[in-house]
Amino acid sequence: MQQTTIGHVHITSIAFFVFFVLVTLGITYWAAKRTRTTKEFYAAGRSVTGFQNGLALAGDYMSAASFLGIAGLVATKGYDGLIYSVGWLVGWPIIMFLISDPLRNLGKYTFADVVAYRLKQRPVRAAAAAGSIVTVLFYLTAQMVGAGTLVKLMFGLPYEAAVILVGILMVSYVLFGGMLATTWVQIIKAVLLLGGATVLVLLTLGQFGFSYGELFGQAQKMYGDKFLEPGGLVSSPLEAFSLGLALMFGTAGLPHILMRFYTVPDAKEARKSVFYATGFIGYFYILTVTIGFGAAVLVTQKVIMGVDKGGNMAGPLLAEFLGGTPFLGFLAAVAFATILAVVAGLTLAGASALSHDLYVGVVRRGEANEKQEVKVAKIATLILGVIAIILGVLFKGQNVAFMVGLAFAVASSANFPALLMSVTWSKLTTKGAVVSIWTGLILAAGLIILGPTVWVDVIHKDDVAAVEKQLKDLDADTKAKIEALEKQKVMGQDTASIDAAIASEKTQADAKKKEVNASRPKAIFPMKNPTVISLGLAFLLGIIVSLMWPEKEAAAKYEEEETREYLGIGAE
Amino acid sequence: MSGKKSALEIKNDPDFIELKKQKSTVSLILTVLELVLYFGFIALIAYNKEFLATKISGAINIGIPIAVGTIFLSWILTGIFIWWANAKYDVLVKKVKDKVGGQ
Repeated sequence: MQQTTIGHVHITSIAFFVFFVLVTLGITYWAAKRTRTTKEFYAAGRSVTGFQNGLALAGDYMSAASFLGIAGLVATKGYDGLIYSVGWLVGWPIIMFLISDPLRNLGKYTFADVVAYRLKQRPVRAAAAAGSIVTVLFYLTAQMVGAGTLVKLMFGLPYEAAVILVGILMVSYVLFGGMLATTWVQIIKAVLLLGGATVLVLLTLGQFGFSYGELFGQAQKMYGDKFLEPGGLVSSPLEAFSLGLALMFGTAGLPHILMRFYTVPDAKEARKSVFYATGFIGYFYILTVTIGFGAAVLVTQKVIMGVDKGGNMAGPLLAEFLGGTPFLGFLAAVAFATILAVVAGLTLAGASALSHDLYVGVVRRGEANEKQEVKVAKIATLILGVIAIILGVLFKGQNVAFMVGLAFAVASSANFPALLMSVTWSKLTTKGAVVSIWTGLILAAGLIILGPTVWVDVIHKDDVAAVEKQLKDLDADTKAKIEALEKQKVMGQDTASIDAAIASEKTQADAKKKEVNASRPKAIFPMKNPTVISLGLAFLLGIIVSLMWPEKEAAAKYEEEETREYLGIGAE
Repeated sequence: MSGKKSALEIKNDPDFIELKKQKSTVSLILTVLELVLYFGFIALIAYNKEFLATKISGAINIGIPIAVGTIFLSWILTGIFIWWANAKYDVLVKKVKDKVGGQ
């Protein structure tokens, strides 16, 4: 394929991007007049329809990481990328079956409203807010670093400038337009992303006579059968199971997703929105997988990995190959818009946890008027914007892929168990909920940090490199020594003694290698995905503590909770 | 407040008890189906990669339609829930709500 123009400034992408920013800022201006009360700021006045919210949920969930990342994973690893895309989807039905109705009927603005419904407000809200904020911060950092890298890669803009630009725009949407503006930014972005990806897939399939058989046939010819089969991504069954738990239940514990349920008028619309969202997201993943395989065949892995080792540019490169510079420009702008929309949603969720749960619920013990709460929410938005920019700059050039994993692990282990127990189990107590949330939060975050992904690959990155270098030097050294001995053999000296010397060199080298390998940094906790433990213990301890110290007041309120949970009587 | 009174009145209402039962049953069945679907897929990857690699047509192996099918069936399950909720559940909810004079 011809030289790529990725990394150069494109007039088309800038035009598309400026257009997107102007339209979204226009919407923000329109929304600002409709964003005065808390209900308007956090929940768009509950005026969003099920279909609109379905698109917005899909928009919140389809991050640039999944668009670029999954296509890249498929292009470089084949079938293994497909396994991930299945995992990202399966949490949605769970949301619908188990928590959509109670979440909408019991809560007001945050999922902490639901967990704290019949329990003591302050300790539960503090714990739930911690779970939300930690999830949001990890997710936000990954997105900010992704934004900086992506914009640098695609537009040639300096990293810091990109991060600051993203930070300013996302704060503007949330600060002035609240949930209404954020929702419409999300909807526009979802339509652009789905539309762009559809066109790209049609162009791709056009190259193969619109036959998946032909596409896979070519992929098999180029990369062999293994490319189309499950490979080494999932190592041990327990790891696979644990990762599956994190993906499935993490989705059902993401604060920025759960918050969207309050933007629709009632439980019926909430349900509907999950149906639409699941359809859009499933369709989108099938598109990205097709894009990944198409890129592997048409652009080739060599070119893709030449531009970006992680394969993240597979989609854009394919767009350039098939639609030239204008289409690449369009897709680059869409990817940037995607990041903007997702960080706006995250910021709003973080701000509501800080203001609604932490400030009003904990600090002010529920005693704050509308005006004060909106003001605090706006201050929280500003603070989060600044934190996001700082984190983005701080983690420049770092591999932050693990942070998305961390966000999902915390969401599945800290947020989901307490939420599920609070709506299904009458015996849950304040102590039980608080213990469950903190257990999930500390274990999920702690074990990932002590595990191979962070302890070895991030914290002891240099030690690993040092060990690798030592091993390489050792190998070279042994090889040189053996070669020298072999030369003596040719000169006609005593072959037997030389062979003995070679053998002893080899055993010595092996012993040394072993020694060096022993100094290789080891993870304190062996698993990459601790969710099976953190989620399991969050449930278990929550149940044990609730049973050991029953709470009469909470159990008594369960009946009232049920009438609201099922019938929506008194729902806001 | 009428809300609280309603709660006391309807907790023993047979329709309300029926409604709770139906909701729990349907939610539970669909959740179990989804879990079996997804963790069945994960179990195949973990324990029987050879099966997933079985060719069915040209280069396409059975693992590809299984993965795409898992996505598609998950969506179908949400569709079934919606259909049930609209056709049965919401009707029952309305009936109970009318009875207690709720909003």
